[in-house]
Amino acid sequence: MRYAMAMDTSLCVGCADCVVACQTENNVPEGYCRDWIVENVDGTYPLLDLEIRSERCNHCEDTPCVRTCPTGASHVIEGGIVKVTHEECIGCGACIESCPYDARYFHPDGYVDKCTFCDHRVAAGDTTACVSVCPTHALTFGDLHDSESEISKLLATRKYKVLAEEAGTKPQLYFLT
Amino acid sequence: MSKNVNRREFIKTSAMGTGGVLAASSMFTWVPSFLEDSVTPLLESHAERTPTVCEVCFWNCAGWVYKDRDGNIQKIIGNEDDPNSNGRLCPRGTAGVGIYNDPDRLTKPLMRVGEPGKQEFKEVEWDEALNFITEKMNKIKAEHGAEAMALMHHGTAGPHFKHLFKSFGSKSEAKPASSQCLITRESGFINTYGAGLASPEPTDVKNTKCLVLIGNHIGENMHNGYVQEVSHAVNRGASIITVDPRFSTIASKSKFWLPIRPSTDMALLLSWMHVIINEELYDKKYVEQYVYGFDELKAHVAGYTPEWAYTKTDIKPGDIRKTAREMAAASPSVIIHPGRHTAWYGDDTQRTRSIAILNALLGSYGKKGGYYFPEKAKLPAYPHPEYPHPHWTAGDLAKKVGYKGAIAGITNVIREASLPGAKEKFGHEYKGWFVVATNLIQSMPQKDKTIEALQNLDLVVVVDTMPMEITGYADVILPEATYLERYDVARVAQNRIPNIALRMPAAEPKGDSKPGWWITRELGLRLGLDKYYQWEKYEDVLDWQFKQVGSSLEEMKKIGVKQFDKKSKLYLDDGEDYFFNTNTGKIELYSTDLEAMGYDPMPKYTEHEQPEDGYYRLIYGRAPMHTFGRTINSPNMSDLMEENAIWVNPKVAKINDIKSGQEIWLENQDGIKSTFSAKVRVTERIRHDSIYIVHGFGHTNKKLTRAYGKGIADSELITKIKVDPITGGTGMRSNFVTLLTENPHKKDIV
Ligand code: SF4
Ligand code: SF4
Ligand code: SF4
Repeated sequence: MRYAMAMDTSLCVGCADCVVACQTENNVPEGYCRDWIVENVDGTYPLLDLEIRSERCNHCEDTPCVRTCPTGASHVIEGGIVKVTHEECIGCGACIESCPYDARYFHPDGYVDKCTFCDHRVAAGDTTACVSVCPTHALTFGDLHDSESEISKLLATRKYKVLAEEAGTKPQLYFLT
Repeated sequence: MSKNVNRREFIKTSAMGTGGVLAASSMFTWVPSFLEDSVTPLLESHAERTPTVCEVCFWNCAGWVYKDRDGNIQKIIGNEDDPNSNGRLCPRGTAGVGIYNDPDRLTKPLMRVGEPGKQEFKEVEWDEALNFITEKMNKIKAEHGAEAMALMHHGTAGPHFKHLFKSFGSKSEAKPASSQCLITRESGFINTYGAGLASPEPTDVKNTKCLVLIGNHIGENMHNGYVQEVSHAVNRGASIITVDPRFSTIASKSKFWLPIRPSTDMALLLSWMHVIINEELYDKKYVEQYVYGFDELKAHVAGYTPEWAYTKTDIKPGDIRKTAREMAAASPSVIIHPGRHTAWYGDDTQRTRSIAILNALLGSYGKKGGYYFPEKAKLPAYPHPEYPHPHWTAGDLAKKVGYKGAIAGITNVIREASLPGAKEKFGHEYKGWFVVATNLIQSMPQKDKTIEALQNLDLVVVVDTMPMEITGYADVILPEATYLERYDVARVAQNRIPNIALRMPAAEPKGDSKPGWWITRELGLRLGLDKYYQWEKYEDVLDWQFKQVGSSLEEMKKIGVKQFDKKSKLYLDDGEDYFFNTNTGKIELYSTDLEAMGYDPMPKYTEHEQPEDGYYRLIYGRAPMHTFGRTINSPNMSDLMEENAIWVNPKVAKINDIKSGQEIWLENQDGIKSTFSAKVRVTERIRHDSIYIVHGFGHTNKKLTRAYGKGIADSELITKIKVDPITGGTGMRSNFVTLLTENPHKKDIV
């Protein structure tokens, strides 16, 4: 099993529904977020290009955040989901330093927090909160090892890119262009 | 350390090439403490849920409210059986719990102490507030007639108050949303097809091959079902043509973006007609069968060539032709979208008429992928005796001052008829207002006039959940329970499938706030209108109504939404006979009604003013995470966007020597300066002759602790309005602003 997410930039309108859904689902405190929106504008009026992305932890295959964690709080679970055990986290911030995607933040309760691919929902056979609300259906979550999964089909037929490939972490967020 | 240093940036904007990662810009402080794991995610299957209908915007999506183990509202998600939301709420609906949790909510009835104009209030009990209102209303009725009471409203609480007003003897009610948004659009369609469009508009985006959007920024405007269908259309590769001076989100997803010079849309629309007729691209069979006035129109648009339109719109003749052909190639599965906020330049009924006419030429009305025929469930009203018949209404006053095509009560006319000297002008005047869930200070232009009217009235009652600016002008403020705490009228919205939806409380009303049905019933009983309130709780009304259509309150609590079989057809069959409700029974390209009323029977191009040197047209719009001014103070939504930015083209930034992030003020053509400043956002996404801000910010009431002083209110800079002569709709896109880098209010502060 290899969980991953495809994010269709041609559909996303940057509404941040995915951000709010994550916050209410996972009790993310006010002022913080596990996923966020990036808007890039290219060109000069009127020859313009706009790309909007919903970003979050890439649940990388090669995880510098897990490697640098001195306590083992950061770890990988089944399907490649990268998690932090809050009780074991001493808040040293090494993982935050090592993540090329700014995907982690200090929770005001004293530990590091990040996207969990809603593993509690996934374990119950559901999809992530962000995927379930997205009004434009821009987000798709699934198992790359299952060639019949929606995400496998999307990646087989659509052009895509990953972010900061050069960092070498083998990120698992695929941006369909 | 202040919270702002801690917070994450939710929306990162950049002008870098795509593909990069933004430098980590947030600085974090960290307090080492080991607290228990407070993250208790909630599984839908384990939690208690109650049905709701979202009230964060008028789209009124149906959803489910989930509570956590302690009974607190945790999240709201869409109801899968709801055709308005298809099981997915928009960000505002998802964040709706912030409206319930907002610590600034009104929770106690308030009454003014001292003279009017002074914003000092005391907390009172409901009894005292309601008795006071009753006494005043009876006095107004005795001295001026019940007709002298007017109701301004918005949203789902409206019907409760309308019932109270009609029972009392007044039919003067208006929604600011009508005169500023829909009235001109509805009039444009009524005068063409003999029927308006209503909400949600029956555009068959789901099946369309070509969607034309004019000043319609769907995607930033999150009308839920519509956004979903547009996204579906993008995904299918349907062709989208967007006309906007701003590179909107949807412009970036369109096949064609026409960056038009603001205020010249009519030139483009007329020249599209010209091309479609001259190149014989129109649907000949449809036109022959259903349309009246084709030859007149053909002669009328003969001179509106793309070359002529180019001189007005800045859009190249080749692009005008290409896009006209693109639409025609998709005919009849093409939608020239009517839009929603359609009062812009004062000739707005005619502009919407042009849109209606184009659709008729391409044969899209009543066709798959064009406009479908919606259906509404029939939910009988709870029985009550006949309402009294008022001697005059706001509609009569509107006609008196010349808006012969006024199809809905007009807020501006009610305001006019509440000013000193109104009696001489209208023969009648208003003495009391109820303002329900609409912040007239922001939702109507020319706030000085609104304030003058408010101060001239004998009674002003404001019903709201939040201390919006309008509450400062009330004699009595009544705290309404939020949509998450109340029963309400059942939602009966038109759609492809007829359906009804239930809103019920998920929690007890906070503080002393009360549902609209309770407030109106209590007033009704005090006013001696018992016979109109033959029920005790709103549940009784709902249960009775649901039982008339084969359901019950009990069932609706479990399912939230009930769909019914469709009785009428979605589309016209090929060549089917159809009677349009116009004088000629046909689609009137040439409007006999408008002609009879003395207006142009076919739309003409009118030249509108352009900004002088150093001034820029003020364009305003929406952001996906806010609904006008109503959500700015909500904790979740202000978290996502707490202030608006002033979009400025880099050329304009250079001339004015301003940079992104700099705080500036705006001053309009009439010398009105914005109360607060906002940050500049230098972006290529806006034309050089315009600036853009998101509407709803710049709140001036300190009781709105999150929203106060954040950003600029476009409404205070809209002092020039262009009134549509047919409907009285108020066009607000004719204001020009200049950019001030120094605080213009400094000297006042001392
Ligand atoms: S919810 Fe969907 S459309 Fe909205 S920002 Fe997130 S990914 Fe984009
Ligand atoms: S994105 Fe960052 S936090 Fe997530 S797995 Fe990769 S390195 Fe770790
Ligand atoms: S569109 Fe959004 S805010 Fe409007 S009713 Fe639907 S969920 Fe609520």
